[in-house]
Amino acid sequence: MSLLPALWIGLRTLGGFGGLGVNPVEKLLELSGTHAMIALLVALAVTPLRQLTGFAWIARLRRMLGLVAFVYVTAHALIWLGVDLFFDWELVFYDLTERPFVMVGFAAWVILLLLTLTSTTAAQRWLRRKWLWLHRGVYVAGVLAVLHFLWLARADYAEVALYAAILTALLGWRIAYRWHSRRVQARRRAAA
Amino acid sequence: MLIRTRRRSECSRSEVTPREIYARRREFLRAGVGLGAGVALGSLGMALPAAAALRGYELEFEPSAFSTDEAKTSYDEITSYNNFFEMGPGKGDPKTYADQLKTDPWTITVDGLCDNPGEYAVEDFISPWSLEERIYRMRCVEGWSMVIPWIGFELNRIIEKAAPRGDARYVAFESIHDPENLRGQRPRRRASSGGLQWPYTEGLRLDEAMHPLTILAVGLYDEVLPNQNGAPLRLVVPWKYGFKSIKSIQHIRFVEGQPPTLWNQAQPDEYGFYSNVNPNVDHPRWSQRTERRIGEFRRQRTEMFNGYGDEVASLYEGMDLREYF
Repeated sequence: MSLLPALWIGLRTLGGFGGLGVNPVEKLLELSGTHAMIALLVALAVTPLRQLTGFAWIARLRRMLGLVAFVYVTAHALIWLGVDLFFDWELVFYDLTERPFVMVGFAAWVILLLLTLTSTTAAQRWLRRKWLWLHRGVYVAGVLAVLHFLWLARADYAEVALYAAILTALLGWRIAYRWHSRRVQARRRAAA
Repeated sequence: MLIRTRRRSECSRSEVTPREIYARRREFLRAGVGLGAGVALGSLGMALPAAAALRGYELEFEPSAFSTDEAKTSYDEITSYNNFFEMGPGKGDPKTYADQLKTDPWTITVDGLCDNPGEYAVEDFISPWSLEERIYRMRCVEGWSMVIPWIGFELNRIIEKAAPRGDARYVAFESIHDPENLRGQRPRRRASSGGLQWPYTEGLRLDEAMHPLTILAVGLYDEVLPNQNGAPLRLVVPWKYGFKSIKSIQHIRFVEGQPPTLWNQAQPDEYGFYSNVNPNVDHPRWSQRTERRIGEFRRQRTEMFNGYGDEVASLYEGMDLREYF
């Protein structure tokens, strides 16, 4: 199912479903960016969904969905590098040093790269508690991704407002959940 | 000069539904005659010609020495990839919702600090002037560009006719405000139009407005302007970013001080009053060094004043274009 958006983008690129329109490079960046954002939000929804429904099996999807998000973000970055800028390193350097929305987007990708490299069970065992801290970096990546969207919008904030609202809900849930479970624990301790 | 000719397939004036009835056709349909009747009348309505003020005019025009010989962007691309936020924020929205722009009747008011103000029906506003084809480069502030064959006349004709007074130093332009029909101007769509203050306003210094490169366009590729490109009459200032070339003009006013303009008001640090194409001054959020010509794959370098420096650089002599961006 994670492949469906990729298939969709691929078919559009080959000219299907209206193709990529008058400015195909821009459209390709837009489509891949949107799906990267969605994939990241889906990965971030795993834990709240498990806590809400109580289905433990959902947690097993977490690693896979995180990797899917990384693949989409990487594809988006490669389209920027190879198709939009056509490996013009001067422009790449310039983008990375002087265009804030590219900088935050790139930073989000670097974070996801680190998380992908340490996504194995072996890395989990090796890093122990540090792994947990490191992988909370995905929250930072989520915020950076929304900023990336916000800073390139010219006047249409409807789409980015939607992503920001979903991200706020997903991160807010985590805070509320921790706060709630601490209170429950405290009460239990008091009762005992 | 505009010459009205009637094609054989066209009906005569007497056969045409009177404008006041025609203009109300949607209300009539909406008013809720039975569904069946609605469908029948709806399909009939589709067969009626679009009510554009300039419809029926054949454009006759001369070539111009100001035209570029670069390859023209196709008609299809020019008319389906537009920024016209009144119809929505997407590039395809202006074409999709083009019929929300009501151009018939259309009045243009010229006033402010001038000796010969006036109010004109658009047909009368245009008919005194001979038309020229001007094939200009158009560089959007977003980093893409086109080559567009406009049909129009120099704005300086209008200015000379209006006879601005000595204290007039700027020309202010205003476009249509019609939130009832234009989806982008409806208050509840504020998130999609970033709190832009309608109507669209723009302005030029009087010497910029008098420059022979500055035109009012009424056509595109031999044809009357389609709505999504700014029917019935729009400004074209080829050495400035595209958003300076205000579409669907209704009001031209001579003023003493620099007039407020829509994008400048929305984001003063991002869109300056001058907004001359300048690869050395970046938009705060993206580079202006390069552009993608629509229809081409690789980016190309952006030229100072969009390549019109020989003609216009002297207008800005002694000005710091970083400060007056």
